[in-house]
Amino acid sequence: MNIPKNMIWDKDETISRDQLTELQLSRLRESLKQALKVPYYKKALAGLAPEDIKSLDDLRKLPFTTKADLRENYPLGMLAVNKSEISRIHGSSGTTGKPTFVAYTEKDVQNWSNLCARFLTAGGLRKDHLAHIAFGLGLFTGGFGLHFGINRIGAGIVPASAGNTARQVILLNDLAADALICTPSYALNIAEIARENGIEKLPLKFGFFGGEMWTDDMRDKIESELGLFATNNYGLSEIIGPGVSGDCCYRCGMHVQEDHFIVECIDPDTLEPVKPGERGELVFTSLTKEAMPIIRYRTRDISSLDYSPCDCGRTGVRMGRVYGRSDDMLIIRGVNVFPSQIEEALLQIEKAAPHYLIIIDRPGNMDKVTVKVELRPEDFSDKMTEMIHLKNEIHAAIQRIAQIGVNVELVAPYSLERSSGKAVRVIDNRVNKPE
Amino acid sequence: MKIKQISVFLENKPGHLNHAAKTLADAGINLVTLSLADTEQFGILRIIVKEWEKAEHLLKENGFVVKVNEVIATQVRDEPGGLAEILDVIEKAGLNIEYMYAFTFRCNGEAVMMFRFTDTDAAAKVLTDSGMNVIGEIDLFDKSC
Repeated sequence: MNIPKNMIWDKDETISRDQLTELQLSRLRESLKQALKVPYYKKALAGLAPEDIKSLDDLRKLPFTTKADLRENYPLGMLAVNKSEISRIHGSSGTTGKPTFVAYTEKDVQNWSNLCARFLTAGGLRKDHLAHIAFGLGLFTGGFGLHFGINRIGAGIVPASAGNTARQVILLNDLAADALICTPSYALNIAEIARENGIEKLPLKFGFFGGEMWTDDMRDKIESELGLFATNNYGLSEIIGPGVSGDCCYRCGMHVQEDHFIVECIDPDTLEPVKPGERGELVFTSLTKEAMPIIRYRTRDISSLDYSPCDCGRTGVRMGRVYGRSDDMLIIRGVNVFPSQIEEALLQIEKAAPHYLIIIDRPGNMDKVTVKVELRPEDFSDKMTEMIHLKNEIHAAIQRIAQIGVNVELVAPYSLERSSGKAVRVIDNRVNKPE
Repeated sequence: MKIKQISVFLENKPGHLNHAAKTLADAGINLVTLSLADTEQFGILRIIVKEWEKAEHLLKENGFVVKVNEVIATQVRDEPGGLAEILDVIEKAGLNIEYMYAFTFRCNGEAVMMFRFTDTDAAAKVLTDSGMNVIGEIDLFDKSC
């Protein structure tokens, strides 16, 4: 395995914590000034002026922004610049049928590319390498975010985009890419197809994986199957996309790019900050974004922050792997799914009780979702065609509302466990869950 | 003319079918015949019993999803063309068969087809009018011995 040498992309990654604090404070004031151009923030900030921010502790005076706030401002209500200044628009996977759009000015795109270049460098990518992108190149921030980051480094790009794994394997083998960019589960999928096609070892040396929750065990598996050095990177479109944080070559947590984002880790119930090292919900505030500045965005991602110095020299705080979510959102094959959407689907077709259980497995490398639905006695038919029709109807309703294909299993009424407290609606067998 | 059939929803897991069978056995209910339609994940057990009301009640009491509907039993000549003869009548009348299954009487070995039609009443009339040997409830249970 090729363990990369420690290499820093730009000097801002290593500025002292004191310098960083100073930089964050001045940038926060600038960012607030930008945010005030957005009617939503003008109202939400309720007269609070950038000058009122005397220290970073004053950040806590600012209101949170949630996904619901962004949705209410669909499509481009959060824009702080003229539409003519937009250089790019991306979108997050829509959970209610509509995506949430995010916009970038040219400067935003430049900053973003630089952020991606940083973690790509940290994970081993150099300008003489060839990188294969198997993220979808489209509205999804992953594909183009990484594309421009690789471009910034000067490495070559194979923009394979998503899908057709057999073809991906041929490209990876024949073009001999050095680096692979995709989700961790897709990396395992590629490994499997390569093996099936009799390819013992793809020429890959480095892998940059993100976009979904994964574990150290999964990293070990990817590394042993693909023989590459795998790093984790994190981001979400609302903040900027990939590049919010990423592993260095020591892989002891992902360095948050704190010169561009302030990160907080809070108790999702009390909204108070948790102690360093404790698990909490990550909250990000953008410091340099022009098109869509965002203040205290509640990611719902549960992680922890480690402020101890890192051997690599980067001073950015390190965040642990995302352990889970503070809401009940599931990420299934890259699509955001809420259990309530399954319930909505069942209620919509007015057949089948809204008693269900979602079971998520990753039998091969792709997520497999089974939804067990209790049959209502009045919907039971002695005719198999009608039963199959009912099953298909449920399947179609879930597909329409949650935008995912699931295996529907009809089960007997009252066969799903009724818990006295909060109903257990989800069994996620993919990764270790938070306590 | 029409026979009551009990259908039971079965999850495809070990013991489920046996539980249904035992529920009836413990009450001394004898199965005249049964058919099982299954998919990978669930099945529909269809049974014919004399004391169908008691069976329905017992199964429901034991948590099963049960549905009672009517089927038509028709005797089939046990020789080549026996079934075709009946199907010809059904086809000509434009009757729609949902499903069917066969069994033989224990006493005399006569073959019987159970038909589930979309329109049971219309089918009963057509079959009787065409001279087919439609078996009534009394006959069915008598011949089952």
